[in-house]
Amino acid sequence: MLRFTLNRLAQSIAVVFLVFTITFFMIRLTDGDPFASPKAMPPDVRKVLVERYGLDKPLPVQYFTTMGSYLKGDLLPSMSYQGMWNTKIIKDAFPISLIIGVAALGVALALGLPAGIIAAVKKNTWLDFGPMSLALIGICLPTFVMGPLLIMLFGLKWRLLNVAGWFEKTDWILPAVTMGLIYGAYIARMTRGGMLEVLNQDYIRTARAKGVPGWKVVMGHALRGGLLPVVAFLGPALAGITTGSFIIEKIFNLPGLGQHFVSSVFNRDYSLILALVVLYAAVLVVVNFLTDILIAWLNPKVRLS
Amino acid sequence: MNPLRLLILFFTVLAAAGLTGCGGDPVSAVEGAKSKIFLVNNKAEPRFLDLQRCNSVTEHHIMLSLYQGLVGESKESDKDVEPGAAERWDTNADKSVWTFHLRKNAKWSDGAPLTAQDFVWSYRRMLRKALGAQYAEMLYMLKNGRELYDGVVKEEDLGARALDNDTLELTFLGPTPHFLLIACHTSWWPVPRHVIEKYGGVYDVMNPWTDEDKLVGNGPFKMKRYLFRQYLEVERNPHYWDAANVKLDGVRFYSIDDDAVEERLFRRGQLHATYSTPLSRIPDYLKNHPDIVQNYTNCASWYFRVNTTRPVLSDVKVRRALAFALDRKSIIDNVLRARQQPAAGMVPPMEGYTQVNEFSYDLTKARQLLAEAGFADGKGFPKFDILISKNEASRQIAEAVQAMWRQNLGISVGVTQQDFSVYLTSQQKLDYDIAWAGWNADYFDPASFIDMWMTDGGNNETGWSNKAFDKLLDDARQCADAGQRLAILTEAEKILMQDTPVLPLYFGTRTRLIHPAVKNWQARLLDNPVWHNLELISPPPHSSMDAELNRN
Repeated sequence: MLRFTLNRLAQSIAVVFLVFTITFFMIRLTDGDPFASPKAMPPDVRKVLVERYGLDKPLPVQYFTTMGSYLKGDLLPSMSYQGMWNTKIIKDAFPISLIIGVAALGVALALGLPAGIIAAVKKNTWLDFGPMSLALIGICLPTFVMGPLLIMLFGLKWRLLNVAGWFEKTDWILPAVTMGLIYGAYIARMTRGGMLEVLNQDYIRTARAKGVPGWKVVMGHALRGGLLPVVAFLGPALAGITTGSFIIEKIFNLPGLGQHFVSSVFNRDYSLILALVVLYAAVLVVVNFLTDILIAWLNPKVRLS
Repeated sequence: MNPLRLLILFFTVLAAAGLTGCGGDPVSAVEGAKSKIFLVNNKAEPRFLDLQRCNSVTEHHIMLSLYQGLVGESKESDKDVEPGAAERWDTNADKSVWTFHLRKNAKWSDGAPLTAQDFVWSYRRMLRKALGAQYAEMLYMLKNGRELYDGVVKEEDLGARALDNDTLELTFLGPTPHFLLIACHTSWWPVPRHVIEKYGGVYDVMNPWTDEDKLVGNGPFKMKRYLFRQYLEVERNPHYWDAANVKLDGVRFYSIDDDAVEERLFRRGQLHATYSTPLSRIPDYLKNHPDIVQNYTNCASWYFRVNTTRPVLSDVKVRRALAFALDRKSIIDNVLRARQQPAAGMVPPMEGYTQVNEFSYDLTKARQLLAEAGFADGKGFPKFDILISKNEASRQIAEAVQAMWRQNLGISVGVTQQDFSVYLTSQQKLDYDIAWAGWNADYFDPASFIDMWMTDGGNNETGWSNKAFDKLLDDARQCADAGQRLAILTEAEKILMQDTPVLPLYFGTRTRLIHPAVKNWQARLLDNPVWHNLELISPPPHSSMDAELNRN
């Protein structure tokens, strides 16, 4: 176990380092400029900013100074917003994306798991077809349709919730449900598939033959194996969900990471793009690591090696 | 552990997170009216909060609440000024030296006295290359302004002197009869020396003096809170000289860039004023909710820049053919639908200024010009692209124009969309054929729309140059007589239009949704809200959208 952990740790660090390097050079290859403004900037003014952020130095020098700062835990200031530090931007935005993401995941699991389990157990009945058709619709409906639809109903028509913003204790509900419905649909279909496979196994038949009650067979024996595909899917999905969805955050005007992700690219804010991509890579690596351990725990056939 | 138990644990954590999650105070338009906090969408996140580095309209709107210049735009009209930090002023005979007398009770928002020396110090700071102020050139009209920027004279030589604590004397290069309107621009406002020097380097971009807990201004409001990507809120400044007449207790600036989102917020009763209105919804609001919608001209000119260094586009006949083949009215009636005015020249209507009416929709002329240029019926005309930024309105306009030129002149045009920042750099590098662009007046003066086209001007971006035009701009700057100056500017605009490095399209309007609780919102040409003159009525009066806007 220790060897496995250390091994994975070394891999993780290498991945984050690579992502840092590739991102750093790739964003410099794009057109555009972090200081572009509608009213042309006189060359003198540009020079002040270029020098302030060290963009006048040769690229390799910039690369190593940036890496030096990152190793010290300093993510540097944003280039597009004066006086804004990337660390603070992330510290303010990450919790919001995290709350929405975790809540969405909760919604997804609460809907997807029971639907998937029931559909598998009551295979080829209306309890299977009904939820699975809904799930297919859920997968096909993009968030930018689902979001405004829910807003129209709960916000503008029934006037129960705010249509956007991050002000009241209930403001996480609509974005979380929008995102959760889509992930829930995936999870339902995956649970059904996983469960169907397990329910056909010999050990389930043995359990039934021994007289274990039906629900106990499903919850106690089958579920553990049936959930494997869901867990494998959730790992990487979790990283995506918790670091913010741009579309969701845009529709609901949430000050989360997703908005920063996209606007920093539009602004060509070199330093903020780098900070966010590295953060995303780090979260992805950590979550994948945890998923591996969880899968090993759920499936005795996978041994940590 | 059983997976089921894991799930239960997960939901417990989730519930706890949800309950402690959201921050900020709950404010709807109705609650806001009660507590006198004006909720307005300001479209964009400010890139700079340092007054002297600001360079966008949206930053300007925030600064209007935090600072005040010597004079300010009058409450009644933005073609006029009223006393601000200065209570009165006088000038010499040819209006080249202006003396401003500051109010004895003028103070910074931390209570420190605001002095003439503060203004002098601010102008000197602005005119230092190290600061990197985009609008530094606004101060070149001061005696030795340019020289100070270039570092060839001492700070003491600048034409801005404090005669005593309350008296500021400004000496200009020549007669400057229209200075009062120019003085409304942020570049002439003071910054707090005592605060800037306290927190770091005077010219350092990273000096934290603009943080929410440190920023000090001299305007009707002061900084209260800044939540990046959420809102910036200002509150009443008790040290403001006219605090007794400020009717709001605060203004909250949101930074929502999507007009569909802001419209939904407005309809849910979460905003007092939007920044704009979705293009597709404007006709409906104009027709069914005239009491909610505010539609007014805003002194903006929209046009195509032409890259005159490109082979065929370098031919003035081609450029003029393109301009004559634009059916401006059709674009306004069918695409924009917000009561814009067709533009026959570059400068929008302004009092006392004779506009140039160069272009109408004239197909005979257009086809004839194109034939003279050697492309009868568009035969052999090389394909070129219209450059736009990624934005719905721009796309619709570009596509309409694309169809017009194909149909009217038989030439084929492509449309290229780029990220805003790339779109801007492409123009600066002259890496485009024709680019869609707009210009807002910095101050109420035709020069604001003409100066930019001088040879090598930073905003010219067409490669166009004309000596006679440059000369006229110089003459206008030296001219002491206001009427004569405007006549010279008209001459300059004529040259600009005859050479046609720009194809004018329309003069803009602004369409905002305004909550019935708002009193004194004015349609202003420069669209600079007078925050200290606004009022909120609680409970809000009835309107055509009561059920939606007056939420509980």
